[in-house]
Amino acid sequence: MSIMTWTYIIVGLSFSLYLSIAWMSRVKDTKGFYVAGGNVPPLANGMATGADWMSAASFISMSGLISFLGYAGCMYLMGWTGGYVLLALLLAPYLRKFGKFTVPDFVGDRYYSKTARTVALICAIFVSLTYVAGQMRGVGIVFSRFLEVDVNTGVYIGMAIVFFYAALGGMKGITWTQVAQYGVLIFAFLVPAVAISLKITGNPIPQLGLGGTIVEGKYAGQFLLTALDNIGTDLGFAAYTTGFTGPGAKSMLDVLAITMCLMVGTAGLPHVIVRFYTVPSVRAARLSAFYALLFISILYTTAPAVAAFARYNMIDSLNGVAYTQAPTWFTNWQKTGLIAWVDKNGDGVINYSYGPAFTGKLAFSGQTGQYGQPLIKNEPTTNKNELYVDNDIMVLANPEIAKLPAWVVALVAAGGLAAALSTASGLLLVISSSISHDLYFRIINPQASEKTQLLLGRIMIGVAVCVAGYFGINPPGFVAQVVALAFGLASSSFFPIIVLGIFWKRTSREGAIAGMIAGMGFTLLYIIQTKFMGMAPWFLGISPEGIGSVGMVINFIATVAVTMMTPPPPAHIQDLVENVRVPRGAGQAAAAH
Amino acid sequence: MATNGHMQHAAPSGDTAKADNDAKMRRYWQRNLRYMVVLLSIWFVAGYVLSIFFVNQLNAIHFGGFPLGFWFAQQGSMYVFVVLILAYFLLMDRLDKEFDVHE
Repeated sequence: MSIMTWTYIIVGLSFSLYLSIAWMSRVKDTKGFYVAGGNVPPLANGMATGADWMSAASFISMSGLISFLGYAGCMYLMGWTGGYVLLALLLAPYLRKFGKFTVPDFVGDRYYSKTARTVALICAIFVSLTYVAGQMRGVGIVFSRFLEVDVNTGVYIGMAIVFFYAALGGMKGITWTQVAQYGVLIFAFLVPAVAISLKITGNPIPQLGLGGTIVEGKYAGQFLLTALDNIGTDLGFAAYTTGFTGPGAKSMLDVLAITMCLMVGTAGLPHVIVRFYTVPSVRAARLSAFYALLFISILYTTAPAVAAFARYNMIDSLNGVAYTQAPTWFTNWQKTGLIAWVDKNGDGVINYSYGPAFTGKLAFSGQTGQYGQPLIKNEPTTNKNELYVDNDIMVLANPEIAKLPAWVVALVAAGGLAAALSTASGLLLVISSSISHDLYFRIINPQASEKTQLLLGRIMIGVAVCVAGYFGINPPGFVAQVVALAFGLASSSFFPIIVLGIFWKRTSREGAIAGMIAGMGFTLLYIIQTKFMGMAPWFLGISPEGIGSVGMVINFIATVAVTMMTPPPPAHIQDLVENVRVPRGAGQAAAAH
Repeated sequence: MATNGHMQHAAPSGDTAKADNDAKMRRYWQRNLRYMVVLLSIWFVAGYVLSIFFVNQLNAIHFGGFPLGFWFAQQGSMYVFVVLILAYFLLMDRLDKEFDVHE
């Protein structure tokens, strides 16, 4: 059977699975809709959190990113896992005990203020919207690459599927489909990883293969990482395993700032935090944080191995090879625009080295050159590098590079879709609940009936799906850049004031509002200046991706300073803080809604 | 501890019982904070000290095909994070029972 047939079968099967799960877990009340009834078992919540967390970017792009960054790829690996330690120790148990529906709920109640609630809900919507646009685009791209349909058609299919199960089952439907999606995506990630590890190092466990020796070819007998270090420096790159030195390397301070920002941002992202409202007790919240990170780490410890294998494979099979002798996967993927070759010195051989091969965004001219290669319109650069490689190809082309059967390629498509859909659905629920619960029920009309709230929740899912779909079809040029914004804003707005709200009873309303505005204001200003207005990173050379950690510090300082100058919170708020510190009663707290 | 727990329910003479309970809760909270500080210090050492600050120095040490600093940055730190959350879960589970605040 062809790859295409397999893809239709496997993607079709996985979609029917999600839809039947959604049908079985439809809900009738707001508690089911917003927090899945508060009785999701910790193991299931761990898997759902894993799928919620791992997006199309984690699944498709991260390995490629690491393979170009080498050592510095650790900022993504540690940043997107280390945040769970903060979440498990500083936030999850207490927010579960508090036991409402959303993050703005906590901020609004703890800081006895509609202003604080409003600022929080604007942050939650903004962070989630920037994120979800990328996911919808991801769905479209996976469809277009594997099923050869138009990207927009892919986005429409994704919108329909997500709307169906999110509107029908709310958080409950989302949770149980995410459990299934975790299964699909982790299986789809591991099968090619194991195969390629076996092929290169003879070790079936990628985490060990990364430290293994190469079994065949001209580097046979060398450690993979040693070979990568040498190949890299030979071609003018930084050594693969060394930090902070060599061309294009980030400084230690920058790696530190980005890692910190991603960790804290992870712990402050509303769609991750709300997952901990869905479990029955504080104990279950702690346990499911453990399961969540365990399940995430299975992918995250495999990714750097895939990165190293793919880099070795790519250079070994392409660099110095005549174009006419290039492997078939290279010519296949050239059609997708993920990889391209420009013969600068006219020798017909692919030469790879440091630096961009040409300027601007890749565009083929439609003509073919003397070796049969598609020619490009872009202006070539003056360096020696002739190869353009997109990050995504490292995961997408892996099955073909490792010569795996057609069904594995189809599986990767289903995995990419699972990763994108699961993250999109979690984000859509946050957007919907911010408006229907936080804005409408808690601020505009506290008398609204269960039925009205539920209906509004479903309508808002529909609206959010349309907005996300719109951005998926008409991606603003800055989609890739706004991810920095999402993490920067999450770390500089929510994290400090939630932590202080739990650990420092004295924190006042005025302090929290000042902290959120100062932290967010600084981060927003810096990102706009450096990303959109072309200013150099003026604060100690920290990139915009890492500036959220400075914003976080500013938030902490502003909150503490203003708190000291304003009256302490009223007694009932101090009692609330005492109360969230004690696990007993979380079940009742939730039942009281 | 068990007697304290019973006093909370029986509440023999309002004020003393409340004062006892407050003191108990303060001790519970102190222990929780101590666990947190220890575990977050390990988090910081694994994630920042070994994986970022001293990565190039540690890379001089190899085990198998791994330079040690690189291994911590792209593998070891994540294993440590998983174990830390498990440790916190187990410690708090015991602490909750000891202070009779579990569910």
